[in-house]
Amino acid sequence: MSDIKRALPFSKLQQRNVLNKVLVTSLALFITLLFLAPLGYMFTTALKSETQMSDPGVPFWWPFSRVTFDYQGKALEVYRVPTETGIRELAMFKKTRTESWFIDPANPTADQIHWVGNWRLLEPAYKSDPQWQNFEKAWTDLNFPRLFVNSLIIAGVGTFGAVLSSILVAYGFSRFNFRGKNALFMILIASIILPAQVTLIPTYILFAKIGWTNTFLPLIVPHFFANAYNVFLLRQYFMQIPREMDEAAMIDGANPFQVLTKVILPQSIPALTAVCLFHFFFAWNDFFTPLIYLASKPELWPLSVGLQKFNALYGRLPNLIQTGALITLVLPVVVFFLAQRVFMQGVVFTGVEK
Amino acid sequence: MTISAQEKLAELKSKKRGLSKLERSRERWGYLFISPWLIGFVLFTLIPILATLAFSFTNYSPVNAEATRFVGVDNFVTMVTDAKVLKSLGVTVRYAVLAIPISFAFGLGMALLVNSKSLVGKDVFRTLFYMPSMIPVVAGALVWAGVMNTQTGWLNKGIEIFGISGPDWLNSDQWIYPALVLIGLWGLGNLMLTLLAGMQGVPNELYEAATIDGANGWQQFWSITIPMISPVLFYNMTLMLIGAFKYFDLAYVLKNGTGGPNDSTLFYNLNLYKNAFTYNLMGYASALAWVLFIIVLVLTALLFYSSSRWVYYAGEGKN
Repeated sequence: MSDIKRALPFSKLQQRNVLNKVLVTSLALFITLLFLAPLGYMFTTALKSETQMSDPGVPFWWPFSRVTFDYQGKALEVYRVPTETGIRELAMFKKTRTESWFIDPANPTADQIHWVGNWRLLEPAYKSDPQWQNFEKAWTDLNFPRLFVNSLIIAGVGTFGAVLSSILVAYGFSRFNFRGKNALFMILIASIILPAQVTLIPTYILFAKIGWTNTFLPLIVPHFFANAYNVFLLRQYFMQIPREMDEAAMIDGANPFQVLTKVILPQSIPALTAVCLFHFFFAWNDFFTPLIYLASKPELWPLSVGLQKFNALYGRLPNLIQTGALITLVLPVVVFFLAQRVFMQGVVFTGVEK
Repeated sequence: MTISAQEKLAELKSKKRGLSKLERSRERWGYLFISPWLIGFVLFTLIPILATLAFSFTNYSPVNAEATRFVGVDNFVTMVTDAKVLKSLGVTVRYAVLAIPISFAFGLGMALLVNSKSLVGKDVFRTLFYMPSMIPVVAGALVWAGVMNTQTGWLNKGIEIFGISGPDWLNSDQWIYPALVLIGLWGLGNLMLTLLAGMQGVPNELYEAATIDGANGWQQFWSITIPMISPVLFYNMTLMLIGAFKYFDLAYVLKNGTGGPNDSTLFYNLNLYKNAFTYNLMGYASALAWVLFIIVLVLTALLFYSSSRWVYYAGEGKN
């Protein structure tokens, strides 16, 4: 069979399919390139020196620095000099407007090379020179370890509370009948569209009055009261678990808590993972809440606020800003790549079922 | 909980009307389980919403709390003539009008692309297209601020290839809007994935029947794909419209909260934040918040009202 197929020339249809594949995949590659270009900018800029940032003549696509050559205790700048034997990289020893003398770094004891022409027209030689110490500088200037730990506490404890409470609420909505259940569930879902600003000011005043501003509490405690997205996702998942299993457990004398922990939760690991990850990064990326509640307490800032303040402070050092951005986005991006299936299925689960 | 299963069953069967002891117990458990949300809703949503309404009729300011008094509808009257409020509404609407159609077109395009039979390595592209959505807003904003820098950024270097010089994206009150929309395209992963899932849910028979009837790809897209995924479009459109009125982080980080250039990033929410936390006019900010609430309610109601005309629920009652 396959021999016959191979022997035959491509049919028109097959040719068109292959062409389509090439075109569509090229388009996707092109978009990917555009999508990743900002990250390429970030990565290369993060490794650039301040000299390169302020010198528009240096090629922009990689961290470069000028090549110099140490000659008799002096650092000579190396240029790309056109000679009879092609372009050579030579160290400039002496220059005037119309002629210059060079030393060959490969053979410094040889005679000086004489070149006629305006040295300003010569192209400097560059070498790849990533400034890895930028990371060290951003790490300490940004106070990264402290910001990181703050983010970890806020997002970690918040996620614990949000997932715990959402499990209970989702279980209540998926397994029990009570008066007003449908109306309450509608209210829960409707709260997705509620703009947070409409509850912001009294909540802020309350937290200020009880002395919670400039502590983690306003960023953590509200998470312990479940939220619509988590409840919705978990409820959908719980409802797919056959009720017969609950009933079997109940016949064995399990109370509703035991049914939840012994029957429902062990079967909901994928949904629980998705909710944990979503909520963690939702809390991790939150900018507004820490901005207002921790405004005057820099030692409690999470990464989001710390990085913004760093930017406001170091606006003149774009390379360090990019280094800061880079170390901040590494964790979410790496976790995403490791758990991409969970993330992407979770998005679909909450977004489409509605 | 010591009664046996047989007793439970008997109880269930004998009492068809009214609540049995078991049902009443189950009801109590139900309330117990949803109580975290119920308490949170009352404490952090219901009471604050009403309190915001109450504050909106006062001149409350935390720095001068003793002088707080009832000012009637003064705040709402002031708003109508407050140039900043009108400006912020204009900014928000201008952004929404530009961003929503472009984002939908782009999101649909990406979903079609990663759903295409001709695409090699679909999963890889789905992951890569979604990935920027995971980047924290502040980090993403700073990366783009660099990319759009006129001296060192790559965007204008790319535009120069075509022999034109790019604009000063972030410092022009005209170009800032395309800039914000462009940055927004980076985070369309959720839109793409939900549209994709919608497209995958369309039964193949519909396309087969249309092909037999001689419909081309374009016709199939408009007459089958779009109507079949209209619930997903509707859901995302609602979120995006509300999102425009919640817009804050990106505008704040890019321009350090100044609202510049020329107030062109003074989004409604940024103006509200400034009134509440920079000028300490919390009574006035409460009034702004309630107006925002009403705007969002009206927009959502309008969308829901219009949805009966264009949203098609194929699986109605299936779930």
